[in-house]
Amino acid sequence: MPILDVKDLKTYFHTRNGTVRAVDGVSFSVERGETLGIVGESGSGKSVSCYSLMGLIPQPPGRIEGGQAILNGELDLLSCSEKELQKIRGKKVSMIFQDPMTSLNPYLRVSTQIIEALRMHEAVSRKEALDRSIQALEEVGITEASERIQFYPHEFSGGMRQRVMIAMSMITHPEILIADEPTTALDVTVQAQILELIRDRQKANNSAVILITHDLGVVAGMCDRINVMYAGKIVESGTADDIFYNAQHPYTVALQRSIPSLGSKGKPLYTIPGLPPDLSQPIPGDAFALRQGLTSGGKWDTTPPSLKQVSDTHWVRESDVILPPLEEVLDVG
Amino acid sequence: MFKFIARRIAQSIVVLFVIVTVTFFMVRLAPGDPFSQERKMPEHIKQSLMAHYGLDKPVMIQYGNYLKNLVQGDLGPSYVETRSVNKILTASFPVSLELGSWALVIALCIGLPVGITAAVFKNSMADYIPMAVAMLGICLPTFVLGPILALVFGVWLGWFNVSGWFIPADRVLPALTIGLVYAAVIARITRGGMLEILSQDFIRTAKAKGVPFPRIIFFHTLKGGLLPVISFLGPALAGIISGSFVVETIFQIPGMGRQFVSSAFNRDYTLVLGTVIIYATLITLANLIVDVIQVVINPRLRFEDS
Amino acid sequence: MSVNPKLSPSEKRLPQVSVDIDAIESGTSLWQDAWYRLKKNHLALASFWVLGFMAVFCFIGPFFSPYDFQSTDLESTLQLPQLKHPFGTDDLGRDQLTRVMVGGRVSLGVGIIATTVSLLIGVSYGATAAYVGGKVDATMMRIVDVLYALPFTIFVILLMTIFERSIVLLFVVIGAVEWLTMARIVRGQVLSLKKQEFVEAAVSLGYSTRRIIFRHIIPNVLGVVVIYATLTVPSVMLLESFLSFLGLGVQPPMPSWGSLIKLGADNIQLYPHLLIIPALFFSATLFSLNFLGDGLRDALDPKSSKD
Repeated sequence: MPILDVKDLKTYFHTRNGTVRAVDGVSFSVERGETLGIVGESGSGKSVSCYSLMGLIPQPPGRIEGGQAILNGELDLLSCSEKELQKIRGKKVSMIFQDPMTSLNPYLRVSTQIIEALRMHEAVSRKEALDRSIQALEEVGITEASERIQFYPHEFSGGMRQRVMIAMSMITHPEILIADEPTTALDVTVQAQILELIRDRQKANNSAVILITHDLGVVAGMCDRINVMYAGKIVESGTADDIFYNAQHPYTVALQRSIPSLGSKGKPLYTIPGLPPDLSQPIPGDAFALRQGLTSGGKWDTTPPSLKQVSDTHWVRESDVILPPLEEVLDVG
Repeated sequence: MFKFIARRIAQSIVVLFVIVTVTFFMVRLAPGDPFSQERKMPEHIKQSLMAHYGLDKPVMIQYGNYLKNLVQGDLGPSYVETRSVNKILTASFPVSLELGSWALVIALCIGLPVGITAAVFKNSMADYIPMAVAMLGICLPTFVLGPILALVFGVWLGWFNVSGWFIPADRVLPALTIGLVYAAVIARITRGGMLEILSQDFIRTAKAKGVPFPRIIFFHTLKGGLLPVISFLGPALAGIISGSFVVETIFQIPGMGRQFVSSAFNRDYTLVLGTVIIYATLITLANLIVDVIQVVINPRLRFEDS
Repeated sequence: MSVNPKLSPSEKRLPQVSVDIDAIESGTSLWQDAWYRLKKNHLALASFWVLGFMAVFCFIGPFFSPYDFQSTDLESTLQLPQLKHPFGTDDLGRDQLTRVMVGGRVSLGVGIIATTVSLLIGVSYGATAAYVGGKVDATMMRIVDVLYALPFTIFVILLMTIFERSIVLLFVVIGAVEWLTMARIVRGQVLSLKKQEFVEAAVSLGYSTRRIIFRHIIPNVLGVVVIYATLTVPSVMLLESFLSFLGLGVQPPMPSWGSLIKLGADNIQLYPHLLIIPALFFSATLFSLNFLGDGLRDALDPKSSKD
């Protein structure tokens, strides 16, 4: 039984300029101990879907319009009260965020913040909490942890702050860790270390990890399964092998083409023409076909495209968009 | 940290010195002298008066003498009144101090809770109404609010005296006049500061850790959210002092503010200087304390981060 | 050109993938956006109209009045509001309506001119400090910090008592007090602009320095300057009226709202209208200026902490 089973999640934002359908019918599941990657560009809904699970969407203007998110076969996260959610956040489901520079409270010592994460959910003494926090810091690779735990966040570097975040989120041995773009704000050299660390901590705690990113390179080494999102819907879902070796949806294909490779020096970079759609307007059919510069067969222009099963593990949303060929020089805009 | 404090103290002394010097020369260099305001005085009497007070000596020597006396705590004689400046100020300073303290207490006790509540219940009635009233408070100068309060509560309702500083109840209207205006400003600043912090990422992290809302407000937000108010306290003190000029005039309070204004009009050099020195010391001290508190609360400042 | 999709809170953090090139080129998008936001802010809009009314009332109104602001009429002193004198008369029989109008001219005039003075000083000082940067910047801002700590009202009062009370001195003195905040704000803005990536992007796209300054830096600084100028005017007006109340501002018979309020305060027991009417005009103007300034701030910078 999956640790998390999300069915038909819809999250809309009711703004003065219209209702933005940020997440429009998303279903996925996560098994115990597995790593699920959610890939997509800005505005695809990847972060909003996970924030909805945690109840971190600002309720006006956002609202969860429908769906279920069953945790561990018992509890529907989407129908929990705030009090119930507080017990789950940081304990059963933890989250780390994109920018470690701003995600820690600059006015409090690191020790205070990690101890709080622990004592919020477990009845432990201050002393024991401090010991465990120091141990948690050591587990994420921070040396001289017993001294440095008394530092303030700004005394750590970016990569180390992210390690602190990881320690803080894993100290309660959560069942799921949601990592929202954990490496985007970090140096490339540090990125790999942090991903390694996440994988290491995941194994130690047997947690599931949901890794949200726009970077295909990040998911390549890390994820067991990958969901590709576009315009608030999942357009392709499969194992890492499925996605990388047998991409079916034109968007997934285009994403892979966009990864610059070391050999193509001097050639123009492949870019996907057009812009993502305006999510405050209802989209009758295939959202990807709406991009300027792309041609499509027209089959899914007015009907929502359906899901097609490619194999046991591999699903794709139908689309008949034709991508421009690899060799053509593409203009921006 | 101590280096920081020591440096600030040194700076404060320099600033004070500059203020005293500038004021001294400003007042001296003005046209006229303390004795030309009043009745027409025969020249020879004026000369001997000037000599008596040492006003016929060159300016620089007068300056030197003044500083010498100042360091010994002697602020000199008043030129218009018969008592020495020290005596005059010893009587009036406590009055103004009390007035200012009450005003500050009122401002904080009303402003802080209102601002915090407005931020917590953003965009609701608990936000709009107090903020609108606060705006009113900012746009109503003390010299409008004072007479109105005096009229309503003093004359029409008869609850308070409209002048004097005799019974404890006399403190109420003047302190309210200044206090309410600054309560309004503090409420707005507090709201702004709290909202600024609440919109930060680390509040989201706290929420994601399962921290309940009251703790988020009081443990995670308050420290940072109050920083703007704390740094405002320096200018607030300066404002309360200038408010006292007006309020002491309106309510006939025998305080330093009223004296400062009249001594400036009368060109009573030493009294002017004396009051300026006390004000400047107060403000500099307040700024120093405020800076230290800021450094204590905000650890990023301790390492002279820019 | 297509519209950007609304971004969810987390996705605002990511570098913008979609970019409105035309809008950047023509430089209108920011201002159109801001104007649109401002128009929707009813309070700010109402304030704008109130200010417009004040301007007309004070600057054009006196031409329509049968009275002069200084002609006395000792037969009809201290009249309550009536048909002949809609705002009543003061203790020398002068028509209050006219005096409120003329007083408004003075108060608003001082407000605008002194703000302009402080603006000129503050903007040049702040921009220079930020542009030059380094030690010069640090020193210049240190000076500002020290000046900030000084009890300015005290010096203002001293200056006004000591020297001849001319209106020019008034402007200079008030302007000299207010420029500090403007300098800080402008410096902050220029500094943050210097660091912003779009400046680097423009440089890497081969834009000339001149183009960068005029197309990118100045419009952004202008926004902040407009906001704080609008918010400085009420400060200045408060200071002027404060001085007038103490008898240090404009000299009689020239009225300003501050001196009219002083007269009203003196007579409040028997003739409250002498206080209430000028106070109403004064506060309404300050109110509107503050709301307009807040509205401008929200319109030009939606990330500001008000929301």
